[in-house]
Amino acid sequence: MALCGFSIFGIVLLIFVELVGRSQMAWNAFHLSFFFKGFTDPISNLTMYWDPPNNHFSALPFVYGTLVSSFLALLLAVPLATGVAVFLTEMCPGFLRGPLAFLTELLAAIPSIVYGLWAMYALVPLLREHVNPFLVSTLGWTGLFTDDNPTGLGFVAAAIILAIMILPIISSLTREVMTSVPHSQREAVLALGATRWEMIRVGVLRNARIGIVGAIILGLGRALGETMAVTMVIGNSPEIHRSLLSNGSSMAAVIANEFAEATSDMHRSALMEIGLALFVVTIIVNAAARLLVWAVTRGAPAQTH
Amino acid sequence: MGTEFKMRASIRALTDYLATGAAVLSTILVVTPLIAIFVYLLIRGIGSLNLDFFTKVPAPVGETGGGMANAIVGSAVLLGMSSIIGIPIGIGAGIYLAEFGRGTRIANAIRFTADVLNGVPSIVMGLAAFSLVVVPQGHFSALAGGIALGIMMVPTVCRSSEEMLLMVPHAVREAALGLGVPNWRSVLSITVRTASPGIITGCMLAFARVAGETAPLLFTALGNQFWSTNLNQPIAALPLQIYVYALSPYDDWHRLAWAGALVLIVLIVLAVSLVRYVTSRGVLKGAS
Repeated sequence: MALCGFSIFGIVLLIFVELVGRSQMAWNAFHLSFFFKGFTDPISNLTMYWDPPNNHFSALPFVYGTLVSSFLALLLAVPLATGVAVFLTEMCPGFLRGPLAFLTELLAAIPSIVYGLWAMYALVPLLREHVNPFLVSTLGWTGLFTDDNPTGLGFVAAAIILAIMILPIISSLTREVMTSVPHSQREAVLALGATRWEMIRVGVLRNARIGIVGAIILGLGRALGETMAVTMVIGNSPEIHRSLLSNGSSMAAVIANEFAEATSDMHRSALMEIGLALFVVTIIVNAAARLLVWAVTRGAPAQTH
Repeated sequence: MGTEFKMRASIRALTDYLATGAAVLSTILVVTPLIAIFVYLLIRGIGSLNLDFFTKVPAPVGETGGGMANAIVGSAVLLGMSSIIGIPIGIGAGIYLAEFGRGTRIANAIRFTADVLNGVPSIVMGLAAFSLVVVPQGHFSALAGGIALGIMMVPTVCRSSEEMLLMVPHAVREAALGLGVPNWRSVLSITVRTASPGIITGCMLAFARVAGETAPLLFTALGNQFWSTNLNQPIAALPLQIYVYALSPYDDWHRLAWAGALVLIVLIVLAVSLVRYVTSRGVLKGAS
């Protein structure tokens, strides 16, 4: 049994060693600038990032795409997830709590590919016909929304589907953290004459904030590595545009798209290096999140109710 | 002074209403996409769910009809393989965490690592399996896909088994030990047996989760348009087929993709409901 337990360390180590080994070639060729620098095309004088036929590789547009879509997703998901958690723990009538918690649990279990399918055929047309023109006409002046991409694919579509996917994780962990806040805290605030919202704000959210941050970071971890749904709607072009409505790509998406048909050993090695970066970053992000959640729920005195 | 107090009170009451409204609204906004996805799947998928879907292999491009029989069988082969790898290791690790190593520093470290491993993107698992199996073998194979999915099952099965074992009342363990049963015996034939309905449903949940995984199969199992159950060859899988069909330009293939997605969702809803039933109805507590 202990052996089975230790095998979990073994798995992590094995993945790490394999990825490091297979990405050696790209690392030797590009070093750290792989993640930060593009290169200038000698003919067109344009900045290029990802050019497999000429063996030029830079992960910058993918890092950019992953970060932009993930943070945009967090921006959408965090307020909603907190709202749901507040509703379920503090306001919801008892008969609704079970079914609603079940529904959010289901949302977490739907496979990425099904989200992607739905996003491609329901969400993207909706964005193309209604939402994107609206964004362009109201917020176009910021330069973040331009109408040069008629497909409806792009960062916004990816961020919305990501937000839907990470919502249940954030809200269920937030709920866990909020329920671990002792009842005496709530009672004390109520006894001072606070309204229910003031009680939630002062008595619950303030006490649970570290755990909520942990839940958000965990959601970020999932968003960073999410593959299929993002691949299907982000547009898959290795470029960096300021507009959130333009096509982009992400680290996971480029691996999913190109790995099976990689044209050269260097191409494959570069994709492996992106995978390694994804692995290391998600490990760090998840570890940090777990520590934060644990810091709150561990000290929860369950007896003081 | 009175009016100022009244005004502040009404502002506070208003804020309270607004906050309540915002919480209710966000709940509605969260539930809406879920319902939208289900309705969409039902409307577009159910019409294509017929006998052909389960019994025929894909029709050649340009012909209508055909089904996903090869993908369903392929998924079954892959899942069988991943269960053989993932479930024993996962349950073993869960038993270690809950029983033999409970409270030790090493057990805590393993639990933490399992949680972190759970958060590693599935595409990375695919890369690892590619590097471990596909490169030495020299070609894509069902075996590589099974190993990728198997590794993914380990942390999930481990954590759910542990949780189920922790729900077994202490009195049960003490009763066994009190009869002079050695600890290993008490764990295996008393505690594990008591928790077995929970452990089994936990495994089913892990099974349902990896059943929908696509990313780790993209460059391990690769997919196949024809019948194949050979572990050394590329094999079809339901989620892979959905992906290929979704990106294709043919309406007939989109139709099959929706039907495939509906099948996946039904599988997952069943697993999640079963887990909820077992953990909430106190099937385990009946033993106390």
